[in-house]
Amino acid sequence: MGMFILRRTGVMLLTAICLTFIVFIMTNLYPNLEKLAKNEGNFRMSDAEVASFLSNRGYTQGKLHNYGEWLGVLPGYVIEGIDGKTRGRCSNHGAILENANEYCGVLQGHWGFSSRFKEPVYQIVATRLGLTGKLMFWVLMVMIPSALMIGVFAGMREGSRLDRSLSSGAILTTATPEYVSGVIFIAIFTSSAVGLKWFKGSATSAMDHATLENFLLPVLTIALYGMGYIARMTRASMAEVMTAQYIRTARLKGVSFANIVLKHALRNALIAPFTVIMLQIPWLLNGVVIVEVLFNFKGFGWVLVQAASNNDIDLLLAVSVVGVVVVLLTQLISDIGYVFLNPRIRIS
Amino acid sequence: MQNLTWTGTLGAYINPFFLIALSAFCVFAVAAAARGFSRADGSTLLNPTPPSIALMGPTAIIGLVLWLLSLTGLAPFAILALGNNWLSLVACLIIGLAAGFGLFQISAEVIFKLVWGAFYAALGLFTIYLIVGLFVAPETAGILGAISKQLIPTWIALAVTFALSIYFKRGLGLYGKLFDSPIGMIGLALVLFWVFTALFGAGFDLIATHDPLGQVSGMKNKHPGIPLIRAQEGDYPYYLFGGDTLARDVFSRAIVGSGIVIVIAPAATVFAFMVGITLGLPAGYFGGRLDTVLSFLSNMVLAFPVILLFFLLVTPEIIESGLPNYLAVILFVFPVVFIAVAQYSKNRLKPNFLTLQFPIVLIISIWLYLSLVSEAGTKIALLPPLLDLFDVPSEVLVVFVSVVFVNSPTVFRIVRGLTLDVKTRDYVAAAQTRGEGPWYIMLWEILPNVRGPLIVDFCLRIGYATILLGTLGFFGLGLESESPDWGTTINAGRKLLSVYLAPPLVPAFALMSLVLGLNLLADGLREESLRD
Repeated sequence: MGMFILRRTGVMLLTAICLTFIVFIMTNLYPNLEKLAKNEGNFRMSDAEVASFLSNRGYTQGKLHNYGEWLGVLPGYVIEGIDGKTRGRCSNHGAILENANEYCGVLQGHWGFSSRFKEPVYQIVATRLGLTGKLMFWVLMVMIPSALMIGVFAGMREGSRLDRSLSSGAILTTATPEYVSGVIFIAIFTSSAVGLKWFKGSATSAMDHATLENFLLPVLTIALYGMGYIARMTRASMAEVMTAQYIRTARLKGVSFANIVLKHALRNALIAPFTVIMLQIPWLLNGVVIVEVLFNFKGFGWVLVQAASNNDIDLLLAVSVVGVVVVLLTQLISDIGYVFLNPRIRIS
Repeated sequence: MQNLTWTGTLGAYINPFFLIALSAFCVFAVAAAARGFSRADGSTLLNPTPPSIALMGPTAIIGLVLWLLSLTGLAPFAILALGNNWLSLVACLIIGLAAGFGLFQISAEVIFKLVWGAFYAALGLFTIYLIVGLFVAPETAGILGAISKQLIPTWIALAVTFALSIYFKRGLGLYGKLFDSPIGMIGLALVLFWVFTALFGAGFDLIATHDPLGQVSGMKNKHPGIPLIRAQEGDYPYYLFGGDTLARDVFSRAIVGSGIVIVIAPAATVFAFMVGITLGLPAGYFGGRLDTVLSFLSNMVLAFPVILLFFLLVTPEIIESGLPNYLAVILFVFPVVFIAVAQYSKNRLKPNFLTLQFPIVLIISIWLYLSLVSEAGTKIALLPPLLDLFDVPSEVLVVFVSVVFVNSPTVFRIVRGLTLDVKTRDYVAAAQTRGEGPWYIMLWEILPNVRGPLIVDFCLRIGYATILLGTLGFFGLGLESESPDWGTTINAGRKLLSVYLAPPLVPAFALMSLVLGLNLLADGLREESLRD
């Protein structure tokens, strides 16, 4: 088991390094750098000015070298520019500071400086992740219990009317992506055209103070799309367990149906949904981005969109590191959890 | 001219009955649900064997709450009959309670019959609007009728397809069996509806009432059914779903937009399958280092948050750098490889094949490939314009490539898993003993035997590709901002959503119905293929 975790962690690190390298290359393509230079300097720079701006700030040393600097395994550049000023990476691309370190990359905890928000990346990501964490917490609180309940009710009697109606409902929610259900919710519950106005169409105020009025719709929008899938997996797993021999034995010996479902079937039926739920969390990230943009909730997803549309290199890299770590960590947890929950599986 | 109402003058006669049927459906459905949880003999869903007295209390409470909920179904009818005042509320309460207690006495079977009866009545009345609309003027049958009239080509094609398919269903294999499952039929109907609408609407321009990009001054932000200002002879006199923020016809945009979705989503899925199959089969069959490398790569792409990938791939700067074109060069080569290897491995011992047939197939597919990837004026202009068969606009190519790129690793994993499962079967061993080559075994022994799950996944994946296309449009990535595709239209319409509902809701419901149709179709296919 220890070996397994160690190997998985190794693969995880390798994947993270490869992926951040790809993101690094893509954000550092010349057209992107040109845009950055014009945003930072002025929009009427000539091509030569752009080139000198970039070389003064160490962008032209070669991608691999730059990536090493970002990672913190190579010393940050100190370049005497064509304009005579000396700049250093570890001095925030400005004039050399006395106390600047030699290395300043992710390994040293230096995540860089956002060109869009004019704030340290670490700070932005930390606050925004907190906000998204709040959203995700409520999404999971709504999604998991209801999905499991729907799945168990549908799966305990396969083919019954209840099963058919719940399954159809589950298919409907998986067919409704967040930007469709969100738009429908906003139209029905917040617009002046329908006139119900039960909730608010913007979740901006939920960042400080979340209430039912401003937070229910975004939470519901994300939860609905994920719910159908988990419910269908739970249903399949439950239906399979209900056909098992030991369930028949229990029924024959006269255990009541409620006890069969709650005590005998449920425990085994919930192993598969556990993995599904864990693997669903990265998919929720998509929903989070859509919903945060739609409801104007300025969390992690909103930052992702801002960083990407402004080619904010440092911020984008940090965002992708977080995204990749979330994906790989949930995969790892789902594998380990599966082994713990299911005694029949042993990893040698 | 007056605004069209939803149901026109016909509505005065049918609407009350429609509302009755709808209210009845709501009441009966809630009663049926209550009956599902709490049965008349006091037993519950979890405990079908007769009752312990202790359960009666909560059961009754659940039942009562659900009856009260069912009253809401009656409200519209009461308001219609008595006006919007306290009298209707009281009437609604009394009728609802009476109905609720009455329903509690009836057996579950009868309630379910009532639910379906009310449902079919509502559906039938709704269909009357559509059918009558085919024959009368828009003023008589309202917006619903007028839309139904515009959709005549779709209705005819649907009816012909269904009639022929049901008549010949025994000889049609898995497709024919679909007509034994109601779910599969509903799914197929929804999917074919959009396929035909895209074909006749976007392909032949028979359905749309106006130019999807044309702006008519004075028609900005109008509610559904608005008459066209300064209508010329030959102009369609209404904007059926109103006008959007740029004074364009919402109905025509949704119809023409379906063409973009119906072409790109399945085509991208086909390419993703070609990539996934061509890589997944050898990864599963040979295993070893090849498998390790390919699996690592696919896991890497899967570890990328999809939206981040879209934002990285589909920005103007990246398009300018030509990266999507290079990606297209790599991804689109797989179908060529697939066709070539499949042909070669099957026919390599036939006379004439290597000298005649094979080179022709190869040349044609390579030519198509080159015309697809090369485009004058970009980094990849491999063919002279004279030989270039078709031009794919670069923004469409980018969208296409990113959807293929996101989907192929999942297909790879599915195919690899299926291959691992199937490669130990006897017929594979038999083929190996016969001395067949590995590619023959993969493509002509293994692949046909795993087609069942792959077809089901194909349907689901088209739906997912549709959702991805919508996501791209929603973030304003890829396609031009005036493109009528559904995602872009939803994005454009959501800014004024609190006042003008139609512009974003029409494409939203269109997208939902198409994806729902695909999911139901996949469900029907799965059910029918498991039955064998």
